[in-house]
Amino acid sequence: MNGAGQSRLVVEDLRVAFDTRQGTVHAVDGVSFDVAAGRTLAIVGESGSGKTVAAMTAMGLTRGARTRIGGRVLLDGEDLLTAPAERLQELRGDAIAMVFQDPLSALHPLLRVGAQVAEAVRAHRDVSRASARARALELLEQVALPDARRRLDAYPHELSGGMRQRVTIAMALANEPQVLLADEPTTALDVTIQAQILALLRRLRDELGMAMVLITHDLGVAAETADEIAVMYAGRIVERAPAGELLTAPQHPYTWGLLRSMPRLDAPVGAELVSIPGRPPSLVHPPSGCRFHPRCPHVRNRHREVDPPLATTAAGAGHEVACLLPEAERRALWARLGAGAVR
Amino acid sequence: MAAFVLRRVLWGLLLLLLVSALTFFVFYVLPSADPAQLRAGRSASPQLLAQIRENLGLDRPLTAQYWTFLTNLVPHADLGYSYYSGASVGSLIVDRLPATISLTVGAIVVWVLVAVPIGVLSAVRRGTWIDKLTTGGALLGISAPVYWLGLVSLYLFADDIGRWPLLPGAGSYVGITEDPWDWFSGLILPWLVLASTFTAVYARLLRGSMIEALSEDYVRTARAKGLSERRVVLRHALRAAITPLVTLAGLDIGLLLGGAVLTEAVFGIPGIGRLSYDAIVHADFPVIQGTVLVAALFVIVANLVVDIAYAYLDPRVRAS
Repeated sequence: MNGAGQSRLVVEDLRVAFDTRQGTVHAVDGVSFDVAAGRTLAIVGESGSGKTVAAMTAMGLTRGARTRIGGRVLLDGEDLLTAPAERLQELRGDAIAMVFQDPLSALHPLLRVGAQVAEAVRAHRDVSRASARARALELLEQVALPDARRRLDAYPHELSGGMRQRVTIAMALANEPQVLLADEPTTALDVTIQAQILALLRRLRDELGMAMVLITHDLGVAAETADEIAVMYAGRIVERAPAGELLTAPQHPYTWGLLRSMPRLDAPVGAELVSIPGRPPSLVHPPSGCRFHPRCPHVRNRHREVDPPLATTAAGAGHEVACLLPEAERRALWARLGAGAVR
Repeated sequence: MAAFVLRRVLWGLLLLLLVSALTFFVFYVLPSADPAQLRAGRSASPQLLAQIRENLGLDRPLTAQYWTFLTNLVPHADLGYSYYSGASVGSLIVDRLPATISLTVGAIVVWVLVAVPIGVLSAVRRGTWIDKLTTGGALLGISAPVYWLGLVSLYLFADDIGRWPLLPGAGSYVGITEDPWDWFSGLILPWLVLASTFTAVYARLLRGSMIEALSEDYVRTARAKGLSERRVVLRHALRAAITPLVTLAGLDIGLLLGGAVLTEAVFGIPGIGRLSYDAIVHADFPVIQGTVLVAALFVIVANLVVDIAYAYLDPRVRAS
């Protein structure tokens, strides 16, 4: 963890609820994290765990009559949640930018990619069309789009998935943001392209000194890129730790499930992938007590009533977990699970 | 692109040939008034009728008549002569064309200028009073037939018979070269009436299409870039929402011409619609044939223009 002084983005007790016909959906329910310049926080979780909503809310993209938002999102000390719409418009795409999951649907199908990148420049810089276009070319070269000069005038459908994602990244970087939110930036891509895009994001983070939030459902992606990993479940962070620590000594049963459901090349031949039983819970009527209890193999009666807070573990060094099992027992369980001794 | 246009032009010519054949044979096969009888007067002798038939070439076999029509039309652009007035059909049409073009082009302008802002506004402000108001207005516009709307508008606003005599009424059309202002003011009511249905339908279509576009990921991207809401709506959402409607509009140009016939009849505008209406009353076949062909040509050209415009608007179409 870095001191708050260095943190570019600080999220404190973020709450996002949507009023729907089925009831109020508590998509994000008291989430806090922070990211320092040049560092990457990965937020990992299943679909519907609230990770995308959290990022979109930080960008002001979930504002609306049916949305209730609470907490604070501080960008260099300025609260984005209470910022007026005009101020938010100034900041997004400039100081804080976002890369989206599916690059084909995230790009306008009828506009040339060069124009779409140049538009991001001109939204925040008072420059001529020609220099915005020159800047767009520079950005496309920076994200290593092959044959960038010619592709300025291409339409999104003329590019491959990886090239499209490079374009959306170029667009997000147009004004050298301090904070980059990358929402599943590699999910829609082939595995080989995934690795390239992750390497690109790491390189750009280091070159530009950005604070990066990487949202993914894939712990492998998080492991490859992040300094710190936060695991989200049902709108909350259930475990947070430095990446290495979280991958080797996880303490939350949900994190165990995620790790054990990852296909591994070094797994013994014939080893089964273990899926997490059950389905993600309803966010309209979340389970009582620990929200993971209906799916937890280690549930005790008390867990159905007591809601565990996110608390520092004895492991220290910024390892926090929201679990009611005694820490010694958690360590013992993982020692066996990690070795593949029990299911 | 050139090959595409050429192919479409050839198709268009084939279509015109089919339309002319269809009009020709339908006219003679279906029971209609006998042109010779209409010309000869009430108690004509059989000799006179036979004489007229021979003069008009009606005694010859149908296929021969059609062949004569084609061989006059193709090299000489000769559509023949009116049975009723004896004037050349070509010149009758050329005389009437400016009025019809004034009416239809003006109606298209009204259609676009009114439908687009209403569609956009009711999508952006959906659920508010402005959306509800335009929904109601659109329902009225869609359900009201053109001739009824035309008559009502005359009863309400025409300067001769209107309750509130604000605008020139029926029969006030003058050519644009004669007096541009009178031309303009005389066409305001006909334009509004002819455009009403299309405006209503397209405002609704655009509203739906805009609501869909506004929920697209690329609109979210545009917002995330920090663009102004105005630019997000007009450049990103509207650009995508309006493209599919352009094709649809191309198809509806035919309907617009149908509406123009009625509008010209109600407002006494001396256009192609009025000409064909009179020709049908007088069983004046060459004029019917001529106006039908001109209408078909109009629709074919409009569709070609729309298809080219669509390829221009949507690069994904250009590729395929």
